[in-house]
Amino acid sequence: MSTTLTPRREPPQPSGPEVSSRRLTERVFRVRESGILAVLIVFVAVTAAVQPRFLDLANIQFVLINATIFALLAVGETMVVVSRNVDLSIGSVVGLSAYLSASMFSHVHGIPIPVVFLAGLAIGLACGVANGLMVSLGRVPSLVVTLATLYIIRGIDILIVGGNQVVARSLPAAFLNIPQDTIAGIPDMAIAVAIVVAAGAYYLRSFRSGRELYAIGSNPDGARLAGISVGKRVFTAFAISGALAGLAGVLWAAQYQTIDSTAGTGYELTVISAVVVGGVAIFGGSGTAVGAALGALLLGTITSALYVLGISPFWDQSIAGFLLLLAISLDRAISVRLLTALRLRSSRGAT
Amino acid sequence: MPPNQNQSQARPEQDEPLAPRGAVSGESTARPAPGELLRSSLRWETGLVMAVIAIVIAGAVVSPQFLTGANLFNLGLSYGEIAIMTLPMALIVISGEIDLSVASILGMSSAVLGILWSYHWPMLLIFVVVACVGALAGLLNGLLITRLGLPSLAVTIGTLALYRGIALIILGPKTISSFPVTYTNVGVNTVPGTQLTYSAGIFIVLAVIFGAVLHFTPFGRSIYAMGASPDAARFAGIRVKRVKTILFVVSGLVCALAGVLWTFRLSTAVQNNGLGLELDVVAIVLLAGVSIFGGKGTMAGVVLAVLVYTGLQNLLLLTNFNQEATGIVTGAILLASVFVPNAASFASRFSDQLRKRRGKIRPSAARAGLK
Amino acid sequence: MDPVPGATAPAEPEAPAGPQPDVLAGPRADAPAPGPGGADGPAVLSLQHAAKAFGAVQAIADGVIELRAGEAHALVGENGAGKSTLVKILAGVYQLDSGTLLIDGQPATLGSPAVARDAGIAVIYQEPTLFPDLSVAENIFMGRQPLRAGRRIDARAMRAEAARLFAELGVRLDPLRVCRGLSIADQQIVEIAKALSLDARVIVMDEPTAALSAAEVSRLFQVVATLRAGGAAVLFISHRLEEVFEICQRVTVMRDGRHVMTGPLDGLTGDDLVRAMVGRDMPVRTDAERRAPGGQVLTVEHLTREGVFADISFDVRAGEIVALAGLVGSGRTEVARAIFGIDSYDAGSVKVSSRKLRRASPTDAMAAGIGFVPEDRRQQGLVMDMSVQQNMALASLRRLGRHGLITGSAERKFATDWSLRLRIKYGRLTDPVSRLSGGNQQKVVLGKWLGRQPTLLIVDEPTRGIDIGTKAEVHRLLGQLAGDGVAILMISSELPEVLQVGDRILVMREGRLAAQFDHGQATEERIIAAATGQLEGQAR
Repeated sequence: MSTTLTPRREPPQPSGPEVSSRRLTERVFRVRESGILAVLIVFVAVTAAVQPRFLDLANIQFVLINATIFALLAVGETMVVVSRNVDLSIGSVVGLSAYLSASMFSHVHGIPIPVVFLAGLAIGLACGVANGLMVSLGRVPSLVVTLATLYIIRGIDILIVGGNQVVARSLPAAFLNIPQDTIAGIPDMAIAVAIVVAAGAYYLRSFRSGRELYAIGSNPDGARLAGISVGKRVFTAFAISGALAGLAGVLWAAQYQTIDSTAGTGYELTVISAVVVGGVAIFGGSGTAVGAALGALLLGTITSALYVLGISPFWDQSIAGFLLLLAISLDRAISVRLLTALRLRSSRGAT
Repeated sequence: MPPNQNQSQARPEQDEPLAPRGAVSGESTARPAPGELLRSSLRWETGLVMAVIAIVIAGAVVSPQFLTGANLFNLGLSYGEIAIMTLPMALIVISGEIDLSVASILGMSSAVLGILWSYHWPMLLIFVVVACVGALAGLLNGLLITRLGLPSLAVTIGTLALYRGIALIILGPKTISSFPVTYTNVGVNTVPGTQLTYSAGIFIVLAVIFGAVLHFTPFGRSIYAMGASPDAARFAGIRVKRVKTILFVVSGLVCALAGVLWTFRLSTAVQNNGLGLELDVVAIVLLAGVSIFGGKGTMAGVVLAVLVYTGLQNLLLLTNFNQEATGIVTGAILLASVFVPNAASFASRFSDQLRKRRGKIRPSAARAGLK
Repeated sequence: MDPVPGATAPAEPEAPAGPQPDVLAGPRADAPAPGPGGADGPAVLSLQHAAKAFGAVQAIADGVIELRAGEAHALVGENGAGKSTLVKILAGVYQLDSGTLLIDGQPATLGSPAVARDAGIAVIYQEPTLFPDLSVAENIFMGRQPLRAGRRIDARAMRAEAARLFAELGVRLDPLRVCRGLSIADQQIVEIAKALSLDARVIVMDEPTAALSAAEVSRLFQVVATLRAGGAAVLFISHRLEEVFEICQRVTVMRDGRHVMTGPLDGLTGDDLVRAMVGRDMPVRTDAERRAPGGQVLTVEHLTREGVFADISFDVRAGEIVALAGLVGSGRTEVARAIFGIDSYDAGSVKVSSRKLRRASPTDAMAAGIGFVPEDRRQQGLVMDMSVQQNMALASLRRLGRHGLITGSAERKFATDWSLRLRIKYGRLTDPVSRLSGGNQQKVVLGKWLGRQPTLLIVDEPTRGIDIGTKAEVHRLLGQLAGDGVAILMISSELPEVLQVGDRILVMREGRLAAQFDHGQATEERIIAAATGQLEGQAR
């Protein structure tokens, strides 16, 4: 008969620590969205104090429009990142979709604008499906796959565009006016994207398949063991990310009105920065679409504030990079402290 | 026997295959099974050799220019800096990390070079400063990753933007092009006695050095160990943080060198020098058989991959393929380099899926006796 | 973990179930009247003549198990006996090569974990597979969250249902709490709640008590009783035979992938089980010769790390084996890690041969001649993907090199040398070390450190997860090393090992040194008493 040392400790104490553990995490996690909001408000206030023009309706609309494209991309990217993947191809998809959808106007006279939007969405969806299939079936790291499709899609775009470009002249006025249209002073585009963000956030929060994305990111092996169809969910996330990028491409065309083969270059890094700043953990498992959209809004506001303050736009990139580094450092510091606190509460309160 | 409770949970002893685990990308994908490593890397390098041979043959068929010294020289010009940057990148990926800021360090170094030259600083002093800039840039990466424990993917995406931004701030819209001929000749002359560009020559020398370090020194062995199992490496007394920091600093230095070469070759310092190159570098390193999960890869593979990549690009050029769209080929190479090794396991997983579907239990029968 | 044969039988000769002195037995789980069935209930699950191989390794050659509703059934066997494989088969992770599986009398094939779950089988692994970023309630119901209108998740209902499950199990856990940071015991409870919510008929627990304190163990036993009362069958896999006797009714023994026996625990003794597990009567061990120790090698003075251990002072002399005993979580491994430099400490000092070591510097410790065999072989002791020879050379890279360079042949020679000396069984030196058995893997780790000719060797749970034969070899090796003048600090949770091998025994309790015994003075009771703080007259 073996004798091993069976540990012996005090009996469990009543429930206080468990409840406050929850409150602690809730407090910390809610901080993120309100944190960004707070930074945003402070930023806007400071900038407005220096340069009151910043709060002009026209300027606010401008900022909003700028940010909406990134916010739209951020929703799709959030779904992907939450599942512990990454989609680097979105910039190329935006470019391809922008060109192809906009050039439809000159190829098909009188084409209804909604059809063009659908076409852009379809193009993006096709790219997203390709990504999704490769990542889920091939079990290949999405970093590598989407890096490759970033190249490939951009190359296809270049081949198709050749040396041409789509110019504003060829686009119908109704299309060109989309960024200008407002309801009660708020740009239509912003409202539409806000609805998409809300829908995305709701999906991730209240639907089983959305929650499963978090599970996959939190513990991929555990997700598989739990019977979650990891392949299907990841595939869906990439498909949605691609579709939204396709949609964003059409909006891009409406906004910038001249589209060549460089449209959307480099967007993926901005979006990932926005998403991380917005509280989505780069290794997945946590974060919200609302946070990511706020992150996009914050980055867009900073860009525009710099412009209004007369600071050279050349500072944009560094500030974006710096913010990303700051965000992940803070995240790390917080989660280390949180983990220690949670563990201490567990060991004190439990046996 | 009860395991100690605190941080580590000891696994139950078992003789069965390991559960899959990801590292760098931390993704929910399968890591190659142990034992496959040595065999598969031999197969991989062999495949690369065959690819090189195939490209050489194809090139000779397509164009009489292909095997000329002049062509080799042009290749060196176009891809020398990229090739140089793959060397430290390979070591970083083997150690289990990644550095996406390489092209931005190149750009930043180019900007520093240009701006200081435009202020008439002596060139040798400028070299020293540029080297320091590169080293510091790498050091920041290394410290954030090792001291703060941040994931290298996220950090180097951030520094990619930060360093490119600094290049922008330094140069703005300016273009500096008045560099002395002695230096810009690096883009014109060959290494005396050969048809190689200086950048190609430097690549060869560095490849030998990096290869020797990786394969024949304790430092190199420790890189493999920490890529395969950071914990076990630590417990064997390997100073993981120190090694990784050194690797990132070296990467910074090498990219600064690449930045200098690039600037002189083009006789131009402008803020978008090297924009987007990091993807080429990563593509080549993965093509070399270096696993994105760390712990696997050889220098021979890197050199071969450089040859395959540049050879392919050259072929495309000679066949008048749209130069701007060569990214399609780079992307396809990347995909091939990850799908081919997985092909065998993919096939077996596929057939497993089929078997499982056929043998699926019928839930109704099982629940017959349930309360 | 292997029970050490030949250990003295417990004092009380009557009931084999729970025969230990009170000090060791936790509060007995109330044995409620078992629900429908008990030991004679209908068979829920029956596995006959199962076979499963992985390549050349036949993990199970003839597996048999039969579970009845309402019983707690123990599965025991040494490491390598095939228990884990059996569990994975029941979990639907592996499929049988041959054999039949009947569930409620119907043939069944468990093609995937989802299928096994549908069939009513739940497995609680030793390493919980929870989602750390999600709440407890979501962990329980992931994929099956209760819905309200429009297929949306009903968060309120989910929380209420989770709370109800916990109430049924008699535990306190906040359903909305995030899983990160939960103790292992609580994580297990979440897993059990998950199983309950799945209406599991068969609940498999793989070494559930390995990392639990006594109170957590007794809470778990209550839960097992509740599950049995509900008509489920609990398959309890454990090395702790005293627990097996306490809560199980029947037992199945496996050895070398084969079924050896199945029967009621009533009427069996621990020795019977051990004999069945090992297959032979192990000869009674003789005392190792005691050596006269030499000079002080390791001197630890007032070593303190906030919240982990405090005021640890002891020394280890050349040629002696100091065994560090204590309960799980008493801080022994943490002390060892601090000595070796993997972790830092806040106060105190570590000296090797009078030279003070830099804190948190494994390099300095290794330079001073310390070697460290960690307790987690697969994660910390070895690089599983690397070859046998590379692993053995890993701590000696600089020494094996000349002029800063190292070659494969130098590694090979070193590895061949030590493999011969330690009698390591392998295919080729270039095989990945993951192919070796647990015992041989441990020898590789030992060889790695012995190749440095350490003056002090720290070994943490040196024989965990190793078959009996290799275990004896390791003990002999430690004795030899001591005889050659090496100072050895051995951490072990296995009392027979501590008593057998240790020249001096230190006992830690809750981060402090509680007692020290010379070889002659120590008995199991005394060590346990010191480890739990129940010395005579000492108030807690």
